[in-house]
Amino acid sequence: MSDHIVSAYSDELERITADIVRMGGIVAEMIEDSCRAVSTNDIEMAKAVVARDGGVDTIEAEIERQIVSVVARRQPMAHDLRLILSALKVAGELERIGDLSKNIGKRAQKLDDAVSPEMRNGIMRMAKPVKRQLNNVLDSYASGSADIAKDVWASDDEIDQHYNSLFREMLTYFMEDPRTIGVGAHMLFMAKNLERIGDHCTNIAEFVYFQATGDYLSTMERPKLQQL
Amino acid sequence: MDGTQQAGGPDVLGDGQPGDAGTTLGFPRIDCRNVNVYYGETRAIHDVSMTFPDRAVTALIGPSGCGKSTFLRCLNRMNDTIDSCRVEGEILMDGDNINDRDVDPVLLRSRVGMVFQKPNPFPKSIFDNIAYGPRIHGFANGREDLDNIVEKSLRRAGLWDEVKDRLSAPGTSLSGGQQQRLCIARAIAVSPEVILMDEPCSALDPVATARIEELIDELRKRYCIVIVTHSMQQAARVSQRTAFFHLGNLVEMGDTDQIFTNPREKRTEDYITGRYG
Repeated sequence: MSDHIVSAYSDELERITADIVRMGGIVAEMIEDSCRAVSTNDIEMAKAVVARDGGVDTIEAEIERQIVSVVARRQPMAHDLRLILSALKVAGELERIGDLSKNIGKRAQKLDDAVSPEMRNGIMRMAKPVKRQLNNVLDSYASGSADIAKDVWASDDEIDQHYNSLFREMLTYFMEDPRTIGVGAHMLFMAKNLERIGDHCTNIAEFVYFQATGDYLSTMERPKLQQL
Repeated sequence: MDGTQQAGGPDVLGDGQPGDAGTTLGFPRIDCRNVNVYYGETRAIHDVSMTFPDRAVTALIGPSGCGKSTFLRCLNRMNDTIDSCRVEGEILMDGDNINDRDVDPVLLRSRVGMVFQKPNPFPKSIFDNIAYGPRIHGFANGREDLDNIVEKSLRRAGLWDEVKDRLSAPGTSLSGGQQQRLCIARAIAVSPEVILMDEPCSALDPVATARIEELIDELRKRYCIVIVTHSMQQAARVSQRTAFFHLGNLVEMGDTDQIFTNPREKRTEDYITGRYG
């Protein structure tokens, strides 16, 4: 798209987009680190993830401040309006993803030796498609690609399947050895957090799609995995 | 570019109504078909076809010189007064071509009133500014009737309370915003069906502008209103339909919501977002 006649306006919108991409990069690392802390029992790494969440909140507040300023001074229209609205929403979704990663990091510190390596690896396995979804949706945001956004939106089912299988796996551990129930509950919450992160990725995909096309993905029917 | 399309978004509530805040448009009051306007050899308007629905505000936007004012002036034959100007095509009002030889332009202009950029009250009293039209057209039966028309027009223009105690004061003694509302009252006094407004707020301060916009919103319940404005925000605020003109062409016409959130044409997008076209 060509530049605005007022070049400072283009600069402001570019800065908001760049800050969101930066924020996305940080929360992607937080997911990676929190799950690695679980699988390698690395308490220091888990603490570091928790400590990073404050920084994410600060970036979100700064993005919001920029958005308020652009709306007040520039009255964005058409694609610019959609860009601003979607930036506001995407920043909120990323902030939630940061919170959920922080929560995984907190719980990682509560695990003990009762958690077997198999149980720990289950979280890492599930983190893989979640990180892929987030990276893809961030790519779609940075490039403004409605097609990539739609793909992300349509592929959330894989995460749900991972969550369901992890849930069943945990139940078998619980039945084998009821002493695992305490830490196992933490594991289940972590899995649930990852599943929620996947949902936030599909939300972001909806906003990217709206920004790019002006149409709403949520009015279409999402395919289930069996149909893909 | 279907001018008869209904306003409003998708039927989100499932009640058979469009999703927008109650903007059901009236029937097409004016129907323009293949209108071309020439100034001498220069073609200023290229083959424009569009309709103006009743009980709705249609905004014409576009850069300076795009032909929006020229086109607006076709709608009550104001271009007749320019010797070199020639209008081709059909402009139908209730089925009759307003450019037909047997149409009296003076009568036409009582049906299609006009408000200009700069308030232009007659150098007469406030009362006579309003009473002039009904008098010459013979719309009033006696003094009492005329008083009623003046009061009703001033009330509809939201000016009555401010001027009722000084109706004999000159119209030019009012403030700019009041003068513009006086001109709107003057247009209303002859019971028009259509009101054309050519940048009615560009000489007014924000408070007077807000008053006029409030008034436009009130008037659209009764009239077909066509407004030319340079302020995109104003077009977005007051209109239900928006038409974008560029170099004498009608580029895009649609529901105002759609034009300002998701225009179909790149030229529209570039213009309303302030980009190089």
